Amino acid sequence: MDWGQIFTNAAGELLSPVTAAYALAAIGISVHFGYAGLLNFGQAGFMAIGAYAFVVPILSFDAPLWLAFLSAILASVLFAFLLGVPTLRLRADYLAIVTIASAEIVRYVVSTTGLTAVTGGATGLSGFNSGFTAINPFPDGVYGFGPWTYTENQLWIRVFGWSLVILASILVFLLMRSPWGRVVKGIREDEDAVRSLGKNIYAYKMQALILGGVLGSLAGVIYVLPRAVQPTNYGTTLTFFIWTMLLLGGAATVFGPIIGAMIFATLLTLSDSILRGLISADIITFISGTQAGQIRFMIIGAVLMLLVIFRPQGIFGNKKELSFNV
Amino acid sequence: MSDTIVTHPLVVGEVGPGCKKVDPIVVADNVTRTFGGLTAVDVAHVEIPRGAITALIGPNGAGKTTFFNLLTGFDKPNTGDWSFEGHSLARVPAFRVARKGMVRTFQLTKSLGRLSVLQNMLLGATKQPGENMFTALVKPLWRKREEEITAKAEELLARFSLDAKSDDYAASLSGGQRKLLEMARALMSDPVLVMLDEPMAGVNPALTQSLLGHIKQLKEEGMSVLFVEHDMHMVRHISDWVIVMAEGKVVAEGPPDTVMRDQAVIDAYLGAHHDTDLGEMTGANPVVEAKEAAAKVAAKKEGTV
Amino acid sequence: MPVLLRRVPPVLSVLGTVLATVVAAILVVLTIGSGPASAATTPEPTPTPTGDFTNTFTIGGIIRDGDTPLEGVEVLVEGSGFEETGVTGADGRWSVSPPSAGEYTATLVPETLPEGVAPRDPENITRDVVLGTTNTVNVLFPTGEGTVSNTSIWDTILTRAVYGLNFGLLLALGAIGISLIYGTTKLNNFAHGEMVTFGAVIFFFFGTVMNVALPLAILITLVLSAFTGYAQDAFLHKPLRRRGVGLVQAMIVTIGLSILVRYIFLFFLGGNIETLDTGLTSTITAGPVTITVASLVSMGISIVMLVLVGLFLTRTRIGKATRAVSDNAGLAAASGINVDRIIRIVWIMAATLTGLSGILYGIFRQVNWNMGFQILLLLFAAVTLGGLGSAFGALVGSLVIGIVTEVSTVWIPNDLRYAIALLILILVLLIRPQGVLGRKERVG
Repeated sequence: MDWGQIFTNAAGELLSPVTAAYALAAIGISVHFGYAGLLNFGQAGFMAIGAYAFVVPILSFDAPLWLAFLSAILASVLFAFLLGVPTLRLRADYLAIVTIASAEIVRYVVSTTGLTAVTGGATGLSGFNSGFTAINPFPDGVYGFGPWTYTENQLWIRVFGWSLVILASILVFLLMRSPWGRVVKGIREDEDAVRSLGKNIYAYKMQALILGGVLGSLAGVIYVLPRAVQPTNYGTTLTFFIWTMLLLGGAATVFGPIIGAMIFATLLTLSDSILRGLISADIITFISGTQAGQIRFMIIGAVLMLLVIFRPQGIFGNKKELSFNV
Repeated sequence: MSDTIVTHPLVVGEVGPGCKKVDPIVVADNVTRTFGGLTAVDVAHVEIPRGAITALIGPNGAGKTTFFNLLTGFDKPNTGDWSFEGHSLARVPAFRVARKGMVRTFQLTKSLGRLSVLQNMLLGATKQPGENMFTALVKPLWRKREEEITAKAEELLARFSLDAKSDDYAASLSGGQRKLLEMARALMSDPVLVMLDEPMAGVNPALTQSLLGHIKQLKEEGMSVLFVEHDMHMVRHISDWVIVMAEGKVVAEGPPDTVMRDQAVIDAYLGAHHDTDLGEMTGANPVVEAKEAAAKVAAKKEGTV
Repeated sequence: MPVLLRRVPPVLSVLGTVLATVVAAILVVLTIGSGPASAATTPEPTPTPTGDFTNTFTIGGIIRDGDTPLEGVEVLVEGSGFEETGVTGADGRWSVSPPSAGEYTATLVPETLPEGVAPRDPENITRDVVLGTTNTVNVLFPTGEGTVSNTSIWDTILTRAVYGLNFGLLLALGAIGISLIYGTTKLNNFAHGEMVTFGAVIFFFFGTVMNVALPLAILITLVLSAFTGYAQDAFLHKPLRRRGVGLVQAMIVTIGLSILVRYIFLFFLGGNIETLDTGLTSTITAGPVTITVASLVSMGISIVMLVLVGLFLTRTRIGKATRAVSDNAGLAAASGINVDRIIRIVWIMAATLTGLSGILYGIFRQVNWNMGFQILLLLFAAVTLGGLGSAFGALVGSLVIGIVTEVSTVWIPNDLRYAIALLILILVLLIRPQGVLGRKERVG
């Protein structure tokens, strides 16, 4: 088996646009859960909202790129608002159930055959990327080295995606060391205490929900920019994977979600390549290549369990600060 | 009750349950709150005097804390209306109540353990523009106010002897220190009325005196204080006025010495845990104890004759 | 040393659970993997280094008139240079196996439908199918006498309502399990869907693959389901409670368990959709409603079980203790109730009921690796609708969800019916957050 190729693939995954999208979505949940204590189990829904609200205006109305971005942001603000109004006054686990249910509603709606003309139904949408490649500032050519060798368009989407990730991290960092962040962290721990000090906790929770949701929606855009929109991707499993990344890196930390996403994506590729390599080299004979693909998801499940039990603060988290008891 | 008309400088006319105050800060009418079939609070009329320390006492289950929660917006009444400094506050959300200057503490302290002591204090401050999500991003817009409130917080922490703990997580404080922190935090907003829910519960005797001193100082600084308590001794030492609740109703009110001789009060307490509530006391003074017992007996005789 | 010794066992048992779950699943499912894999119509998977979960692609479905499977109906699948016609067998199932991922269309050939049966929407008999991240796509062609023959809309509604009642009753078995666990431990168990799948898969293995007699297959399934309930509490949740692990943490642990177990099912079962063979496919017609004997038996079993659960909770000592723990665990413990024991009993009972619900759901639809996870949200919706923690509420919520999902298909596309159920959940939370039957004080 070709170890060089295996590690090249895994290293390439480190900076892939999908990893950037994962990181951005994980930063979103970090704002929700890590800082504000909101149990958002519908991040896949926010990503779907972002993807469709970005792509549909381009394909259906020939909208310019900036308008498509604006549409993705506004749609997620609206979605967060709709989710927040009924649930933010209720106990934390209601938000969990409502967000997960809403994300599924979004998925059912975008994949229903009745809306095929707009959303492409179960097929999804493609062919919207030309506007993005058209504003590529990099001239034609090959960039980078080793596992990170890219064409101009591959480079452009990576630079764009990771810039968004860095901007989002800076935004979250600035917010969390500000008095706003202080209030939000207070709410995470004890709503009544903060309420008794004259803060409108409902408004703060709504703001946090919207902020994390917008990040999720932008993640959805990055996720689809280099390829097509495919509704089956936005299932509950995607949300759970993003949670795993967040908990891996450490909730309520600046770099946790990014590192978590990188580790997750790299390990996923690495374990898959190694297993398949071992199978094709006849070292492992009792499972098929298909089953090797499933083993890594079992590993994800087990890692998530062990992580939450034994190291809830993740790699970077501060155990004293992390709150699980929302 | 004796036949003579009792008067008091805080009161207009006769002293008794629901009596009118010279300068009330809170006026409540027909406040009821039921849980299922149980009526927890049913207060016809009560006024809380300004510039005084008022104790809200009564046996367990008298509805003190529920009434307290209603006044501060932490619970919603079935019926009723009340005003604070002339503004109606019924059904106003808790955070607005706090902003109007009526700040509360909790029986089980709610110091935020995962924030530092100083951060806890800063959270209590008002008018910090950095608490707006957009202003928060630009530090120059809120740095000045942050410096002001930090100075104020440090001053208050020094007064409450918590300055050495300023950078520790609040979770590392002792129970009594948390009570102090909560009280200090409430003062960050310069409240008009401080509402303390059982400030002495779970505090060791050494800290009790210090806490009592702090409460008295609030009054000296011009604030009004309303606190829930069932330890009669503490009530007598520091309160100017006592309101007694039993089974959801205000059954008596008056200055502490008078109230403790009131038949309705004795009935209310005897009906519940007479010994526990009247007798048990941290750092009890045997002389006071004996005097009080005598007073009780006397009061009892007076009532039965 | 004692400290060390005391620290180790919970850690070990947590690990033990993962293992126990895996081993239990492997032991049982392993044989399934070898059994039907050879018998299955899908070709042997050929390992190719793609990123897909499995490399066997199947487009298929089941065509039924109401509950009656239709035989000999043709579906033409074409696209990506592939063309094949699937024909339904006696069980109403058809499937084709395209060689690769890609976009396909599946078109129902209406002429092959029996007399008196027509597509419910004759204008819309072509479906776009994408094989990509999913390798098995189930294509639905709802049929009925409805649109072509002159059945009145009320008859259609009545028919759907009866199916909905069946669906609701079997949901209730699972939902009561969630509700009991939530009531006693305040845990939202995301691995509950896998308990449904477990029941269906085990029953499929013994009942259909091994051809064990029906009652015996049910018994084996229920015993094994009960064991999974025991194992989850004994090796996972009790140690977690001992460690003082928070509820949110424990909830995320169940998410991890759900992912783990779900992919174990996929590992052994593959992406196949299996049909349970109960031998009870004859139908009974009463007025406008035609229903299979299996459905009737299923409803009967559900009702009997629900009544038994009701009697257990209200009449027996343990049942009363269970309700006491749900009400206030601390108080119950103080009055001499062994809370840990009650929780253990609740887990076992919940797992058994949920396993049964899995059997019935497998009969109602089909068996696949993902089936429980797909209805997990419906279960949560049912429980929340009725009021979290209230067993009777879970029953009412399940019936509402079951009937709504089925009846709504009269007006809205089939693929949106679950969305409607979830939308109702959100609307109810908006108006009455404590649920239809919940107590207001419960909402903190």
